[in-house]
Amino acid sequence: MPSTLAPLLVLIMDYNFHWRPVWRALPDLLDAALITLEVALLSMVIGIVIGMVLAIMRLYGNIAMRGFASVWIEAARNTPALLQFFFFGFGLGAFDLHLSPYMIVLVGLSFNNAGYLAENFRGGFQAIPVTQFNAARCLGMTSSQAFIRIVIPQVFKLVYHPMTNQMVWAVLISSLGMLVGFRELAGETQFMASNTFRLFEFFLAAAVIYYLIVKIILLVFYLISRRLFNY
Amino acid sequence: MSEAAAQIQFFTSFQASDLKYLAEAAGNTLLISVIAISIGSVLGTLFGWALSVSKLVAFSLGSILDVFRSVPLIIQLLLFYNFFPIIGFPLDPFEAGVVVLIFYTSALVAQVARGGIEAVPDSLRRASRSLGMTYWQEMRYVVFPVGTRAVLPSWAGVALGVLKDSALVSVLGYVELLRASQILITRTQEPFIILAIVGAFYFALSYPIAKVTDRLEKRWQYD
Amino acid sequence: MIELKKVDKNFGKLQVLKGVDLQVEKGEVLSVIGASGSGKSTMLSCINGLEVIQSGEIHVDGINVHAPSTDLNKLRRHIGMVFQQWNSFPHLSVMENVALSPRIVLGKSREEARAVAEKQLIHVGLGDKLDTYPTRMSGGQQQRLAIARALAMEPSYMLFDEVTSALDPELVGEVLDTLRLLREDGMTMIVVTHEISFARDVSDRVAFFHQGVIEEIGAAQQLINDPQREYTQQFLSNVR
Repeated sequence: MPSTLAPLLVLIMDYNFHWRPVWRALPDLLDAALITLEVALLSMVIGIVIGMVLAIMRLYGNIAMRGFASVWIEAARNTPALLQFFFFGFGLGAFDLHLSPYMIVLVGLSFNNAGYLAENFRGGFQAIPVTQFNAARCLGMTSSQAFIRIVIPQVFKLVYHPMTNQMVWAVLISSLGMLVGFRELAGETQFMASNTFRLFEFFLAAAVIYYLIVKIILLVFYLISRRLFNY
Repeated sequence: MSEAAAQIQFFTSFQASDLKYLAEAAGNTLLISVIAISIGSVLGTLFGWALSVSKLVAFSLGSILDVFRSVPLIIQLLLFYNFFPIIGFPLDPFEAGVVVLIFYTSALVAQVARGGIEAVPDSLRRASRSLGMTYWQEMRYVVFPVGTRAVLPSWAGVALGVLKDSALVSVLGYVELLRASQILITRTQEPFIILAIVGAFYFALSYPIAKVTDRLEKRWQYD
Repeated sequence: MIELKKVDKNFGKLQVLKGVDLQVEKGEVLSVIGASGSGKSTMLSCINGLEVIQSGEIHVDGINVHAPSTDLNKLRRHIGMVFQQWNSFPHLSVMENVALSPRIVLGKSREEARAVAEKQLIHVGLGDKLDTYPTRMSGGQQQRLAIARALAMEPSYMLFDEVTSALDPELVGEVLDTLRLLREDGMTMIVVTHEISFARDVSDRVAFFHQGVIEEIGAAQQLINDPQREYTQQFLSNVR
C-alpha cells in the first residue's frame, strides 16, 4: 500500500496545503451544518405528512386525486432534484412567486421527499392485509380509528428503513442549496472556499462533516427504531 | 432607443433552434450517464463480488465505498475537480465528471450486486457445486443469472438515479441538459417553459430504462 | 336475539345465501357446519354488517342491521367476532391489543380498560403474557388473544368463523376449551366450525348449510347422530 501511494505523495508535495483557514472557519461550517440538519429534518416532517396524503390519494382517491398524486410523485422521482430546486427558485417567477433561498431549499426538499415517501407509503399500505382493518371494525372502531390506530402504525414500521434512507438523501441533496444561494453547509463551504482560494481543503472538510452527519443520523434512527419497534 | 433594441436582441424568446440546443445537451447528459452507468456497473459488480467474498474486504472496501454514498455528489465533484490538478493531472469538466460519476455509480452498484449474490439461496449454490461445477462456473451459470434477476429493479433504480444526478456535473461547467437550460433561461427569461421542457427531456430519457426493466422483470417472473 | 328472515346474498352472479331463515335465542350456542363455500362464513359477515345483503332482513336485538339508519359501529360493540386468521395487531402488546377498543370505542379510562383487558386475558389463560407481543406467541395463543379482545367489549353475542381451521392440530384443543368456557359463562354464540364432535358436545343446536340454504337444523346430538336429510348424511359420513 505505501509503495503505491509513494508517487502520489511526491506529487502532492508540490502543493502547499493550508489548513489554518479551515480551522478558523470551522465554527461557521458547523453552524451551517446545523442549518443543513434543520432544513433536512423540517423537510422530512413536511414530506412525511404530504407523502402520506399523496399515497392515500393515489390508492383510494377519485380520478382527479389519483391524477394529482401521480403527477407529483412522477415529477419528484423522474427529474433531477436540482431541476426541482430551479423550478421553485425561478420557474415560479412566471407566476410572480419569488421564494427566498431558504424557502427554495425547504420547498424543493419537501416536494422531493413527499414524492419518494408517497411511493414507500403506498407499498406499505398494500402490504397490510385488509383483515387487520376488518378485525378493528369488528371491535367497533370507526374506519378512521381503524386506519389511524391499526393500519398506519404498521405502515410506519414497514417504511421506517426507506424513511431513514430518505432522511440521508435529504441531507445530501440539501447541498444543492449552494446553487440557489442558500448558505447551508455546502453553500457556506463554497463561500469560504472562494474567499480564501483554499478550495480543496474546504471541500474536503465539508465532505468529512457530511460523512459524520450521515453516520450520526443512521445511528440515531437505529436507536429510535430499537425503542419504537419492540415487536 | 438603441439600448432598448440591444435589450430586445439580448433577450429573445424561446425558438425552435433552442429546442435543438436542448436536444444536443440531452445527448451530453445521455453520453456521460451511459459511460458512468456502464463502467460503474461493471466495476460495481466486481466490488460487490469482492464484498461478498471476505469479511476483511467487506470492511475495508465497504468503508471506502460507503464514503461515496455518504457525501453529497456535488461536494465529491468539486473535491475531485480541485484534487486532480494537485496531483498533476488537471482534468476538464467532462473528464472529472465522468471519473467521479463512475466511482459514485460503482459504489451504489456494489451494494446492489452484493445483495444479488446474497439473494441466491445457499441450497442452490450447494446443488450446483455438487453437480461438479467449479467456483467460477457456479458464479457464471448460477449466481450471476439468478442474482441479476433478483436485483434488476434495484439496479434500474441506481441507473435512473445516476441519470438524474449527472445534472450536477453542470457545476463544473460541463454543458449538459440542466446547464443548457440555465444558459437559455438567462437569455430568454422564460424559466417556466424551459424548465418544463427540460423536465420532459429527463422524463423521456428515464422512461425507456424504467419500461425495459419493467418488461424484463415481468418476463423473468414467468419462467 | 339474532334473527335472519329470507336473507339473500350474492357475490356478483354467484348467490351464496338463498333465503336463509334463522333465529338464535339469548344464551344459545348454535354450531354451523357444512362444506366450504356453502355460505356459512358469509352469513356471519352479514350478521355484523361487514357484508351487505341483497334482500331479506337481519335483526339483532330488534335492530335492523342493514337499515341505512343503523349505526353499525354501535351495533358491532354488541357483536364480537373472531376469524379463522386471528388478526392480532402486531404492533401492540397483548395487553394493548385487548385494552385499545374499550378505551377508544367505549371511552373507558386507561386504568379501566387495562383492568378489563387483564380480566379477560386471565380468563382465556393468557395472564402471564400481558406484556409480550403477539408475534412471539403460538397460533393457539393468538386465537385466544383474539377471543379475549372481543370479550373485552362485553358483547352480547359472539360469532366464531372457523377459528380452529388455521391452527396446527395440537393447538386446536386449547381454543375449543376456551369456547367451552364461554358456553359455561352463558354467552350466546354462533360457531362456524369443522369440528363435528365439538359441535355435537358443546352446542345446543346445529345447522347444516348446503349450497346457500340451511338444509337441516336441530338439536345437536340428534342432528349429528341421526341426520334426516340425504345431504347431511353424506356430509357427515365424509368428514368422519
